[in-house]
Amino acid sequence: MPADELIRHGQHVMTVCNACRYCEQYCPVFPAMEQRLTFATADLTYLANLCHNCGECLYACQYAPPHEFGIDVPRTLAKIRARSYEDYGWPPFLAVAFRRHNLLTGTGLAAGLIALMFAATLVGNGGTLPRPAGDSDFYAVVPHDVMVVLFGGVFLFALTALWIGAVRFWRDLDMEGVATLARDFRALGRALRDALTLRHLHGSGADCTSAEETRTPWRRWFHHCTFYGFLSCFASTSVAAIYHTVFGWQAPYAYTSLPVLLGTAGGAGLLVGLAGLLMERRRRDPALGDPAQDGLDQSFIALLFLAALTGLLLLVLRERAVMSALLIVHLGVVLALFLTLPYGKFVHGIYRTAALVKYARESLRV
Amino acid sequence: MTHIIDAMPLVGDEQELYDVAVLGGGNAGLCAAPAAREAGASVVVLESAPRHYRGGNSRHTRNLRCMHAGPSQLLTESYAEDEFLSDLLRVTGNNTDEGLARLVIRGSAGCPEWMRRFGVRFQSSLRGTLHLDRTNAFFLGGGKALMNSYYAAAERLGIRVMYDTEVVGLDVLDGRFRGATALAGGRSLAIRAKAAVIAAGGFESNLDWLREVWGEAADNFIIRGTPYNTGTLLRLMLDAGAQSVGNERDCHAIAVDARAPKFDGGIVTRLDCVSLGIVVNKHGERFYDEGEDFWPKRYAIWGSLVARQPDQIAFSIVDAKTADKFMPSVFPPMAANSIRGLALLLNLLPDTLDATVAAFNAAVRPGRFDHAVLDDCRTDGLTPEKTHWAQRIDSPPFWGYPLRPGITFTYLGLKVDERAQVLMRGGEPARNIYAAGEVMAGNILRKGYIAGVGMTIGTVFGRLAGEEAARHASR
Repeated sequence: MPADELIRHGQHVMTVCNACRYCEQYCPVFPAMEQRLTFATADLTYLANLCHNCGECLYACQYAPPHEFGIDVPRTLAKIRARSYEDYGWPPFLAVAFRRHNLLTGTGLAAGLIALMFAATLVGNGGTLPRPAGDSDFYAVVPHDVMVVLFGGVFLFALTALWIGAVRFWRDLDMEGVATLARDFRALGRALRDALTLRHLHGSGADCTSAEETRTPWRRWFHHCTFYGFLSCFASTSVAAIYHTVFGWQAPYAYTSLPVLLGTAGGAGLLVGLAGLLMERRRRDPALGDPAQDGLDQSFIALLFLAALTGLLLLVLRERAVMSALLIVHLGVVLALFLTLPYGKFVHGIYRTAALVKYARESLRV
Repeated sequence: MTHIIDAMPLVGDEQELYDVAVLGGGNAGLCAAPAAREAGASVVVLESAPRHYRGGNSRHTRNLRCMHAGPSQLLTESYAEDEFLSDLLRVTGNNTDEGLARLVIRGSAGCPEWMRRFGVRFQSSLRGTLHLDRTNAFFLGGGKALMNSYYAAAERLGIRVMYDTEVVGLDVLDGRFRGATALAGGRSLAIRAKAAVIAAGGFESNLDWLREVWGEAADNFIIRGTPYNTGTLLRLMLDAGAQSVGNERDCHAIAVDARAPKFDGGIVTRLDCVSLGIVVNKHGERFYDEGEDFWPKRYAIWGSLVARQPDQIAFSIVDAKTADKFMPSVFPPMAANSIRGLALLLNLLPDTLDATVAAFNAAVRPGRFDHAVLDDCRTDGLTPEKTHWAQRIDSPPFWGYPLRPGITFTYLGLKVDERAQVLMRGGEPARNIYAAGEVMAGNILRKGYIAGVGMTIGTVFGRLAGEEAARHASR
């Protein structure tokens, strides 16, 4: 659907919803809608990112297809949401290039990076992979400085791109400046609580809908596993960086050390959470989502899953000969993951939290 | 007297004898079915709509009116039996069967608890809508969500539900139901059961029947709800000797946007701006006091007011001052910067409309506009006057909405007793035929309407009819 047509359909949907309002206690989308009489693109972007895709409103709708009004809120908002990921991606040419991003491009990028790193390592070591002698020395395979420059660079790029996207999103939704956020301490607190608990994924106290009159808690729990697993992995890397730079403690760390414990728990959370989310997607009524977005989601899930899997394997096999190859594969996957972060499913967390902040501000003001 | 219009051979398991056949799959039917099932009966539900459009007019509802002694999660304050009854007497002009009305009111107190057992969810009263949170319990997500819960419960309970199955014939002999003939996908089925619950609504979507009653004017009516309420069962029962209640000519009709679909437009086609401006007919002339009383008390008379105008059309006209004072309509207003321009858009004569607005503006007396009270903004010297909220229509852009009569339901129904048993014309109850919902609501509500009472009647009588039918079948 071309952009204009999608926006027009979104306006039609919200106009019908606003004249009906039966769904107003399912989630924040409808109370937020009720504060508006007309729906510009920015309003739709806000509502779309506020939507957690719980799905209740599709089954409750007396105007859902095949009714001639054709009201399909979850799918329409999913499409507008995907469009906003592209619109706010930075730099724009990459956002456009990654528009058709899918499982193939994601894993292809990872494979390319892995091949490149293999080649570089082979060239740097006279045609063979270095074989550290049983002391699991990662830096013998990829030197520490190379890792810092490569990953530091990619990490900074991803962070910059995400930041610029978030700022543009924030500005377009006509939010007040970041400076006034401190004043809205309560709104910020409420938004963060709602984001961290996925409160609106189980609207009105019931579980998340996967089909008509079928509500299960699994999607929420798998998402928690994924999100907190990711955080835990991130914390692991941060602690390791502090160990290295501040205390001069060199990797590898003991199995009972903080970085390894955090990384192991996080990796396990990611594996369980991501596999569960994929399974839930298969079981879910396709009418609740935007099939065109499947590739975007699958690519993110696959790269994150591979990163967790190779990370855990690396931990288990770090004293084996296969470690060198495994390390390169792991690093290639992580690089691909970070490079695609700003153009994939990952950004939903940022935009949704921003939308929740806006919603908390609006509702605390009323 | 036997009424079978089709005598094709019976097919497959439809020869099975059920304890209870529920004819109609709206709220009343889906309350009767589990009630009968829990009383031990085997139950079949025949729903004429396909699965997606199941639920009759209940899919467009939102709440039910509920007597209650004190505040709860669903309802604020209290709503006593006598207050409920006096609300009912007021809108019906005392034209009700008080015994049955009290039965419904007393039964309403236990409805939310009973409904919850079947997975029905309610809104919390914290953010009540339409100022009804004291008297009405709101279904979370509205009537379609309610029906989804009931249908899922019916499946869990082992109730057989047949969609796309329209009853076209009844085999009733001397007030005793023996079976029904139904059409399902071009196939004729005979359904046999020991008892039947008629829960198939009124005849508001039967265009031929409406034309019989209303003449050609009926062609311009919009039917707000399901196209499946054809009144077939009502007519079959009347033909089989059942006693009727209510007047065939009476229907609940409001003014809806003329651009609404012919059927099933539901809640979003209503227009809430009548009392804020003026309403003219196709000749550009006003015909009724738009500010007679608060809109919630008057919206239900505008259907018949518009129905009595030439070509059954009228136009609500407001100006920029009031644009943000009513619920947004689903259709955009016709907008123009002059009254003459608006007249052209609405296909009215510019001179006439201009003259009507000018006369209205000249007659507006100074006052303090307040839409929340019966304010002192009125006209002086007009026929008809506008007695409240009269403000000059002078701030462009001017907005116009075309109006048509939109029928919600018809009042003609089957007379029942306090056990939901259908009464025959001789006064004796039909032996094994029960009725619930819109098809018998006329016993309690012969005219007028109070929000949510239809669902209360359907729930209380549905449950009662189901239990009584199961009891009969077990004898």
